[in-house]
Amino acid sequence: MTHRNAAHSKLGIPPEIFARCRVLAQTITTPIDAFVRERTTVAIERTLLRLIGVDGADADGRPYPNIAVEHLCAQGGLGYGILRPLVHAMVSFDLTPQEACEAIAAGEVTLDLHPTDPRDAEVQALAQRLADQALQRILQTREERARRMAAAAPMKDPLLYVIVATGNIYEDAVQARTAAIQGADVIAVIRSTGQSLLDFVPYGPTTEGFGGTYATQANFRIVREALDDVGAQLGRYIMLCNYCSGLCMPEIAAMGALERLDMMLNDALYGILFRDINPQRTLIDQSFSRRINALAGVIINTGEDNYLTTDDAVEATHTVLASQFVNEALALQAGLPPEQMGLGHAMEMDPQLRHGFLYELAQAQLVREAFPQHRLKFMPPTRHMTGNTFRGLVQDALFHLLGGWTEQGILLLGMHTEAMHTPHIADRKIALETAQMILSNTAGLGDELTFRPGGVLQSRASETMDKTLALLEETAQRGLWDMLAAGRFAAVARHPEGGRGLSGVARREATYLDTIDARLRRATGTPTTEGGAA
Amino acid sequence: MTVHGRQGSTPPDLRQVRAYGDTLDDGAVQLSFSLPVPFGEEGKEAARQLVAKMGLEEAQVYHAADLGDGYSFYIVYARCRASVDYSAISVPKVSGERMSGKEVERFIRERIGRRITVLGACTGTDAHTVGIDAIMNMKGIHGEKGLESYKELRALNLGSQVSNEELVARALAENADALLVSQVVTQKDVHKVNLTHLIDLLEAEGLRDQLVVVAGGPRVSHELALELGYDAGFGPGTTAPDVASFIAQEIVARDLVERPPLGSLSG
Repeated sequence: MTHRNAAHSKLGIPPEIFARCRVLAQTITTPIDAFVRERTTVAIERTLLRLIGVDGADADGRPYPNIAVEHLCAQGGLGYGILRPLVHAMVSFDLTPQEACEAIAAGEVTLDLHPTDPRDAEVQALAQRLADQALQRILQTREERARRMAAAAPMKDPLLYVIVATGNIYEDAVQARTAAIQGADVIAVIRSTGQSLLDFVPYGPTTEGFGGTYATQANFRIVREALDDVGAQLGRYIMLCNYCSGLCMPEIAAMGALERLDMMLNDALYGILFRDINPQRTLIDQSFSRRINALAGVIINTGEDNYLTTDDAVEATHTVLASQFVNEALALQAGLPPEQMGLGHAMEMDPQLRHGFLYELAQAQLVREAFPQHRLKFMPPTRHMTGNTFRGLVQDALFHLLGGWTEQGILLLGMHTEAMHTPHIADRKIALETAQMILSNTAGLGDELTFRPGGVLQSRASETMDKTLALLEETAQRGLWDMLAAGRFAAVARHPEGGRGLSGVARREATYLDTIDARLRRATGTPTTEGGAA
Repeated sequence: MTVHGRQGSTPPDLRQVRAYGDTLDDGAVQLSFSLPVPFGEEGKEAARQLVAKMGLEEAQVYHAADLGDGYSFYIVYARCRASVDYSAISVPKVSGERMSGKEVERFIRERIGRRITVLGACTGTDAHTVGIDAIMNMKGIHGEKGLESYKELRALNLGSQVSNEELVARALAENADALLVSQVVTQKDVHKVNLTHLIDLLEAEGLRDQLVVVAGGPRVSHELALELGYDAGFGPGTTAPDVASFIAQEIVARDLVERPPLGSLSG
């Protein structure tokens, strides 16, 4: 990563303003962190099972982690956590975690929520050992990535990121391999529309879906192997990206950590606003997910770019910036370093707008200056793509020009066929070829050009900054829950008791045995939870 | 030398229309496609032959590129001799007059005399609200305010991933006059399945005839909408006045102005 001189602002923004935004973001997120610490969710409990090695599904396709956690909930015990009763069953009947879950599914074992026998020390010791092993597996995967990256050609920002979205994982693998050969650094496998609302992770390879196929552990592995194979031929490391968002956010974070995904889309605010997922549920899930992402070395991608697809792209740019400060604070709480924060933003203004390019330039530069060490993810036009592929290619060219000029970290390449169909194999080639040409042809542009004092760019940035500060001040006063309920982000109103997934949230009971999250907190340098047996 | 093209300022023959490049009836077309074969001379020849089998003549492969792993890309120009009879074409269009927002408001006041309730939703698993938001939300699109800004309309945007069952239940609860269904995701024709399902539900509940039901989306045409049992379909470029004009006029045309509360007829 380039170390940018934060003190010098081309836009004339004093560094104190960014510092003030960060203080406000911390004020906003501190109560969220306190709220999250006291709670767990069905998804978190299922993730704990996955991390200690529970996998697979029964004959009806119900994943064992779901069966075990549903069993726990049926006894009114979500708040007690799965770990203590499960490990107790393992100790009592001499079972592995997988065997214990299968036994629960078969009705052979009933979890005891209040075990009182003298084996508690044994249970705690085993739970600690399982936590150690879980963290070891994640760290080994991280080391494997580091080894492979060290042996490959160094990766340069901006990382060129393209999507594959055929709906069939085997076809996705073909498209991913060819995209890598064509020069892509990051391949994102798009998942099926609607998966974010499933409260379980489908099992095994999938060859169906809408607008993509399911995020499953087997699917992760299939594309990971394809990219490792083609990467070895090319002497490059090819990053793999998928989504850990929606109702199974932490489970998919764990799957990604185990299968060496390098990037994951992870943004509770996105789920709240655009998928109507319950705000409490997903913020609790996100905190845990991000600790897994942090430990696994996964770069998260946040979804603020989407605000501009529902709200006005000219008037709402400050909501993107404000949300990025909030997301940064939430990520820091979870132990993610800036280099692993792919804060999202987008070029979504109407290309017919006079001065539009200048406003976009001001915004992209402003985000760059606000987050100098972050892996900013810049998203291409989607809203004003029309089906006129010739015009679309030019819109994308303007986007690539901006991305290089303002030194974005990750460029999600626009497809000239956006708004028509998910990318065809040649669409990606055209995008990569065009982007590479523009980035190389205009290399160094940003270093050479300064902005006219008081000109359109500086004025626009300063106006956005004022509005960002005002929005953060208001959010710090009213609280994030209230602001979401009032529809102050993306012009969508979401109530803390509304949306999907609230029934899967519980307050942790006093006997909640927390070994894995406690170890994650220690490993990611985020303060440990009170209580529990950690 | 063969004489072709215009011999004077002759207009095109609309009964025999051919593609036009720079000379009348030259039949010039451009194609681009990929093949699952390696980049090379054989690949180019395969592309040329494929274009010939499409019935096109004088195929020229102007650009070929390696897509990697045994795939290749081609840009081909060719001539198409086929023609169509333009004078015999008839395409169904949304009926009625296209009024401005103000005209719609006046029309509703004068001809309907009560507020109209319109429910909008992105149904099924579809989470892309860009279209329904552009039509429903206050802000609108392309300088045209959305239906929420119309005083004579009660416009309720239910947002994304609304199930058809939920939409029907809300239609009853709100005593809706019109339903707007947006479908953006069209992979594997999921939109058709979903749109048909809503009509089936409405018919089963005996509500279909009491409602104006409209579909919209980038892949939705008026013709397709009619085929699926809708009253109208709106494609790309639609703004709120297009939809509002249709709904208001349809309510009058179908005699739904003094319709009893929704569901009261079906028992």
